[in-house]
Amino acid sequence: MSALPIPTKIAPTMQTTRPPRRFLASSAVLALLLAAPMFIANFFVFQATLLLIYALAVLALNLLTGISGQFSLGQSAFYAAGAYTSAILMEHGGMHYALTLPAAAVLCFAFGFLFGWPALRLSGIYLALATFALATAMPQLLKLGMFEHWTGGVQGIVIMKPDTPWGLPLSQDTWLYYFTLAIAVAIYLFCSRLLVTQSGRAFMAVRDNEIAASTMGVNVALYKTLAFGLSASITGVAGGLSAIAVQFVAPDSYTISLSIAIFLGMVVGGVGWLPGSIVGAAFIIFVPNIAEGFSKGLSGAIYGVLLFLIIFLMPQGARQVVHGVRDWLLNRRHR
Amino acid sequence: MDAFISQLTAGIATGAIYACMALAVVMIFQAIDHLNFAQGEMATLSVFVSWQLLQWGVPYWASFVLTVALSFAGGIVIERVLFKPLANAPALTNIAGFIALFAVINSASGMTWDWTVKRYPTPFGTSPFMGSTLVSNHQAGVIAVTGLLLLALFLFFRFTRVGLSMRAAALMPESARLVGIRTGWMSALGWGMASAIGAVGGMLIAPIVFLEPNMMGGVLIYGFAAAVLGGLTSPLGAVVGGFVVGVFENMIATYLPGVGNELKLPAALVLIVTVLVVKPTGLFGQRLMKRV
Repeated sequence: MSALPIPTKIAPTMQTTRPPRRFLASSAVLALLLAAPMFIANFFVFQATLLLIYALAVLALNLLTGISGQFSLGQSAFYAAGAYTSAILMEHGGMHYALTLPAAAVLCFAFGFLFGWPALRLSGIYLALATFALATAMPQLLKLGMFEHWTGGVQGIVIMKPDTPWGLPLSQDTWLYYFTLAIAVAIYLFCSRLLVTQSGRAFMAVRDNEIAASTMGVNVALYKTLAFGLSASITGVAGGLSAIAVQFVAPDSYTISLSIAIFLGMVVGGVGWLPGSIVGAAFIIFVPNIAEGFSKGLSGAIYGVLLFLIIFLMPQGARQVVHGVRDWLLNRRHR
Repeated sequence: MDAFISQLTAGIATGAIYACMALAVVMIFQAIDHLNFAQGEMATLSVFVSWQLLQWGVPYWASFVLTVALSFAGGIVIERVLFKPLANAPALTNIAGFIALFAVINSASGMTWDWTVKRYPTPFGTSPFMGSTLVSNHQAGVIAVTGLLLLALFLFFRFTRVGLSMRAAALMPESARLVGIRTGWMSALGWGMASAIGAVGGMLIAPIVFLEPNMMGGVLIYGFAAAVLGGLTSPLGAVVGGFVVGVFENMIATYLPGVGNELKLPAALVLIVTVLVVKPTGLFGQRLMKRV
């Protein structure tokens, strides 16, 4: 069988010099994100925080699937691992919330790396099944009686909302938003720089053709497991942030449907296009609400129809729209 | 020993259901080269249609035949309307399409036929099969129908012109087109057949698990697992995989301490993944050579 085909033609182009246009676009988005809390109500600030968190999760899957070519339905398990690490360290270890995130990152990196190692032998649909197994097992494992002292069993763990530090004149939600934004921007910058380094190109070479990559001296096994570790690590940070923001972790928040949502977010944003992650996150958060707004009973059907519309209009995701607009603007100027 | 044999037969009986589902999965995989996540919901929809026909007073076998025919046509329509336009889209976009189809069918059938659990009749009766206390007539019927279906599919793919064309179109689309096979229609036909097989499976399963919009959720996962275990290229592998998974699942839940109903699914999946790590193409799958 053919491996689950990962789009190869639409890979990010390997540019070494970045045009200032791109820099301008990024700055505009960043300015918008920075200014957002001043214009929206407090409840939406919380939603915006969730948006950033999901964007991180989508980014992590993008790194694994879009950049290194490995399909995963197990992201919810890594997300859960990160969330529980943060929650348990805060609740039982009395740790500061910010310090739990590096712990979640390290733990999830190890988790992903170790999982990626046996998964090396699997690809395409077989890998999808293996990661699916991971995602279905995770909530059940978290409910197990022997871990109940730590995980709180079915009930989960309730966490305190962090206070705004240094007497800043911000509400708790707004502080959390900026805290999340800082981490998200740092991780995004790291990932987008990674793509133009030797390692980033090795990831893409492995995606495009494993055998060709190995003949060029890329250690395929190492880079594939590294991609798993890195993706799990970022997902874990997103999970930890979500535990802090939602102030609650419970096994049933991290089922396979979370993995599917993250996957759909990646497709809607554009596979392999990192800026699309935030568009994908917006899809995850807002489209179910819109569907529910139309009709409670048929919300699933409307969600499905909206999803169909999106993939019919832009099979390559948001990337297609953004690049289309950019090309149109460029052509107009040259005319 | 008695307990062991009764667990074994119970496993074989559920295995027949998984085998049926796995067969449909393999069919569509052969035709379109993807796993269809909406397969189970399509089957559930078919069962709802047949239930509605029965409610209207149509006799069982007439509704059975009518449902299979309608499902076949429905599968072709879905392919033509929804997935043909996506043929050139990236594979992952297609998978998103399956998820969308899943959501639409699930929600629409819940809205039309209500979310309550319904009884669905069996044509074979539930009395014990030939005096045995282990297998009921219905379970025996399920195994028999699965066997017949497998035989029919084997003959179809081996000896008929259409069957051979379908295999050719799935394996080497360009070459198949060159010898005059209309590959687009072959994939539509694959959708139709998979939908019809799913309908048969659904109607056999419904008396056991009862009819409701989420009926196939669990079954489909096992069906996928069975298909992957058997190797996605082989219908026989799918059937064997189905029985193996059914027996595994029952044995694990009974004999492995600490694995209750909750951990049954993850445990079965872990076992399957372990098998795959040792034999990555599944038990009966062919290893395809790839040119670099």
